[in-house]
This record gives sequence, structure tokens and C-alpha cells, in this order.
Amino acid sequence: MNRRMIVASFATEEDILGVTRAAHADGLKIVDVYAPYAVHGLDTAMGMKRSRLAWVCFAAGMIGAILKLWFEFWTAGVDWPVNVGGKPWNSLPAYVPVTFEVMVLSAGLVTVFVFLVISKLKPGKSPVLLAEGITNDTFVLAIEQEDATFDPVRVRKLLERFNVRSISERYGEEVS
Amino acid sequence: MADSTVVLRPPLIDGNKTFAQVTDDVCRGMEGKPTPLWWASFLTAFAVLLLGAAAVAYLVTTGIGTWGANRTVGWAFDITNFVFWIGIGHAGTLISAVLFLLRQRWRTSVNRAAEAMTLFAVMCAGLFPVIHLGRPWMAYWIFPYPNTRGPLWVNYRSPLVWDAFAISTYFTISLVFWYVGLIPDLATVRDRATEGLKKKLSGIFSLGWNGSTRTWSRYEVVYLLLAGLATPLVLSVHTIVSWDFATSVIPGWHTTIFPPYFVAGAIFSGLAMVLTLMLVARKTMRLEEYITIRHVEVMCKLIIATSGMVGLAYATEFVTALYSGNPYEQFAFLNRAFGPWGWAYGIMVSCNVIIPQLLWSKRIRTNIAIVFIISIFVNIGMWFERFVIIVTSLHRDYLPSSWADYRPTPIEIAILAGTFGLFFSCFLLFCRFLPVIAMAEVKGVLNEGREPAHGHGHAEAAGKRAGLPAPTGALEGARG
Repeated sequence: MNRRMIVASFATEEDILGVTRAAHADGLKIVDVYAPYAVHGLDTAMGMKRSRLAWVCFAAGMIGAILKLWFEFWTAGVDWPVNVGGKPWNSLPAYVPVTFEVMVLSAGLVTVFVFLVISKLKPGKSPVLLAEGITNDTFVLAIEQEDATFDPVRVRKLLERFNVRSISERYGEEVS
Repeated sequence: MADSTVVLRPPLIDGNKTFAQVTDDVCRGMEGKPTPLWWASFLTAFAVLLLGAAAVAYLVTTGIGTWGANRTVGWAFDITNFVFWIGIGHAGTLISAVLFLLRQRWRTSVNRAAEAMTLFAVMCAGLFPVIHLGRPWMAYWIFPYPNTRGPLWVNYRSPLVWDAFAISTYFTISLVFWYVGLIPDLATVRDRATEGLKKKLSGIFSLGWNGSTRTWSRYEVVYLLLAGLATPLVLSVHTIVSWDFATSVIPGWHTTIFPPYFVAGAIFSGLAMVLTLMLVARKTMRLEEYITIRHVEVMCKLIIATSGMVGLAYATEFVTALYSGNPYEQFAFLNRAFGPWGWAYGIMVSCNVIIPQLLWSKRIRTNIAIVFIISIFVNIGMWFERFVIIVTSLHRDYLPSSWADYRPTPIEIAILAGTFGLFFSCFLLFCRFLPVIAMAEVKGVLNEGREPAHGHGHAEAAGKRAGLPAPTGALEGARG
């Protein structure tokens, strides 16, 4: 992937929110915005849609619970039924606690795993940091320079309106 | 600039910190050489841990007969300690999950350490059922796996099986929750580290985190989902622990009040332990500006609330027993309060219900030394609660000829001490090697960057109020 980016860094949450909204409204192509903490509203400011991870979580929980419930019936009622105090083979209320625990376990583990996969996070991956101090106190906006319509002067003006600290250009880097 | 009035929240963190200062303050404890105090505490805790390990080794090689438990009092010290530790392990998830869902932003200063405490407490708790087996190397038989004995499966109607699933799920989800919260902070540690091993390890475990908003956005959703999952989980775990007792037919155990009673007690004891550790940590690690007097006060109020719930449960179960018309039930409770173990019942009621009432006074809530002492009393009281529930319900059963007494042996006491050694060793290692305060979350609750550009004076003024809630957004300074 060979692309040219403008990388601008800012010092405060207010500035990064403002510049991201302005850049998005201006039709600039935002590659990504980097922040030391989760800034509320930054994802919507750069035009991101709501994550669908909640559905992954729901599905994983349902699948885990159904499989576990089936397994409990199968082991206790079919494969080797053991008479415990004359209770019925299909003691559904007694199966609820373990089913619930397995539902929570599968929903939690699958959600985190899917999150790591789609965010391309994995152990030992070397991070691509566009500026120093992103994990400390710096907010960074990365804008892709598209060919025809891109006007560097106008973009620079837009960035300066929000107290930009530094602007640099980067080429052909794999980000996020 | 009269039109630039924005209502700011009163600062949760004192000292008008910048983002970089937060990073420096939290990382300082992990850099440089450990202090002599740290070494002294760690070596003491580790020595006690070794004592416990020796006691467990003796227990396993000799047998359960080294305990004071007998045919009448079949469950005693071991299960008491199990319930005690698992209860302590409930506050971490309460603080990190329940308070997150309730939008209690003060939690950001204490949630990391409270979650770590949860993990270590659950580790201590898990030890007791395993050593109670007598043959702990067969502990994995509790899980259903294809085996050469049939396969013979586990009995899903047994609360002990539910317990194994509940606690292992709780540990796993708490660990994942804690680790997910750590990832951004590990990236901060990675980017600060210069030396080899620390840089390498934080590099591996921070998973290539680069602060991307695309990732942050999903991360927030994952965090919310995990909080939503952990909240019912935390309620289910102690409910299931209480079913270990409530599904039996022992007078004093066989009651429907047990699940809420146990959950309230667990949260109560866990908060007390969090408070104990927080007060020590803020002092020794110089974190007074992060864990402010306001945090201590809020925790004290939660302790009053849960103490009230626990007191209500004590009264309710007593009245229910007396009103039941069941002579065995009535005897169990009268014996509990006025029998040979009446003194333990007295400790339980005074430490858990009476002493915490002192916290209604603001002067006491803001006096760190007294709050510390009260939190220790609650820890003691909650240990005795479990002891009273377990031993006094058993030692005088239906048949007076089989009544027996119970005395813990030195081995049992050494094992209990050993779990404290394990708990504090782990906690001290955590304080030394991981960021004890969730930096990325604390930065999110600072007022920095949310103030109007012209009003730099006001935040200092608000910060000097030593964390007492400023009545309205401390913004007067910006209006000039």
C-alpha cells in the first residue's frame, strides 16, 4: 500500500475532536486518529459506524449455552444416566447454573478473541506509532492525500485552526 | 468570554495533572530499584507463603486427619477460608463492572488494583476445595471430559459441580477483563521502557497497540460487553457458593435467604479489603492525588450500605428461624447466638453491623487511620461470619449423642496464614511490575483538554480543595 499521509499532532482532547469533525465535514479522507485514551465521540467524529461486536457476543453466548445444555442432557440422561436420589433424568432447573456460567465464559472469550483479530492485535506485534507520545499525551490525526482534490494549503489552514503542534508527511506506511 | 461557560465536573484527581504527569506518576513505582519497605513486605509475605506451602505439603502427605474437622463438624476451617476469600474476590468485579455500568467515574483510580486483588483472592479461594479433596492431583475429575471410566460424567445436579464451573469461569473472565484493561497501559510502559526485558515483555503483551481510534472504539464496546457479562457473573458466583449450603437439609443452612445474603456479604468484605489495600497503597506509593479522600469516602458509604444489607440478613434469618415453628431451626439459631460459639457470633455482629455505623460521621470517614482500622474490623468480622455459619450449624446436629466441638489445628491455621502470604506476595509483585492505576482511564476523567482555552486559572483553584466535590462546575475562572 503506497499512500501519502499528512500526520498532525495535537495536545488536547478538544482540539483533536474539533479537527476530526472539521476534517470529516470537509470531506478529507481520515486514515485514523490516535489517542492516549478513549476519547468519547472521536469515533463518530471520524465517521465510524457502531461496532457489531455486541452481536458476536450475543451469538457466542447463545451457542455456548445451547451446546452446554445439550451436553448436560446427553451426559446425564442419555450416555450414562445415573440415578441421584431418584431425581428425573432431565433435571432442567439443576442444569441452569452451569449453562449460565458456560454462556458467560464463551461470550466473553469469543468477544475478546474476535476483537483482537479484527483489530489486528497479536502478541509480539511491533506497533506502528505515527508520532512519539501517542501512548502518553499526544493526539494524532492522519489524513490521506488524495490526488486530484487535495489542497495542502487549505488542509494546513484547517489544522492550524485547532492549535496543531506539528505536521509531517509520511509515505507508504502500513497503519493500524 | 461570557458565552464560553461550560459545566465541568469537579475534578476526580487532585493536583491538576497533565496527561504526561499521570504517566510519570503511575510509572514511577515501576521504575528504579524497589524500596527497602517493598523488599521487607515482600520477603515477609513470601516467608508466610512458604510456611503455608509447607503446611499444605504436610497435609497432602499425611492426610486430612491433620485437621480438627471431625465426623460431626465435617466442614470447618477449610470451607470457611474458601468462602472468605471468594467473598473478597467480589469487590474487584463490582468496582470494575458494576460501577462501570453505573457510570461511576471515580472507579478509574481503584479498578485496576481491585481487579488484581480479585484475581489473587480467587486464587487463594480455589486452593481450599482442592486441598480438601485429600488427593488434590485428581481435582480435574470435577470437569466432564472423555475418560476411561465409562466415560463417567459429572453430576450436574450437584452444587459442588456448579461451584467448580462458577469459580473457574469467574477467574477466567476476571483475568480477561483485567488484561483487556491493561493492554493500553502496557503499550505506555512499552513506549517508556528503555531496558531489554521490560521492553520485550511489555512489547509482547501490549499486542502492538498503537492508540488507533478504530481500535479504541471497538475496545470500548468490548469493555462494555465484558462489564455486562461480569455483572450477572459476580452475582451468580456467590449465589452458587451459597447453594453449597442452602441445598442441604442442615438447619441454619437450608434457607432461601442465602443467595442475596452471601452476595451482600461478599461485596461488603471485598470492599473492606479493597479499602485496606488502597489506604496502604496510596500512602506507600505516594498516590494520594489519585486515590483521594473523596474515593475513600465513597468506599466508606458503600461499606455502610452493604453493612446494612448484611445486618438486615442477620435479623431476617433469625426472625425467620424463630417464627418457623421448626424446633431444629429455632435451636440452630439460639445455639448460634447463645451457645458455646456465642462469642464468635458476637464478633460477627459487632464487626459487621455495629462498628461500620461509625462511618455515618463525615469526620470519621475522612480520618484515614480510623477508616483503616474499621476496614480491618470488617475483614475480621466477615471471616467470623462464615465460620459461624459453617461450624455452629454443624457442631450440634439432630442427635445430641453426636454433638462435638471443633478446634482448628496449627496446620489449618498455617494454611490460612499461607493464603495471606500468597495474596500479599502476588499483590506486591503486581504493585512493582504493572501499572497500579489505569492510566488510560484516569486520563479520560481529567479535566485537561476540556477547559475553554482562556480559563487556565480555575482548575488549579478547584484542585486545591483537596478533592472535596466542588458544588458546580468549577468554571467561574473562565468567565472573566
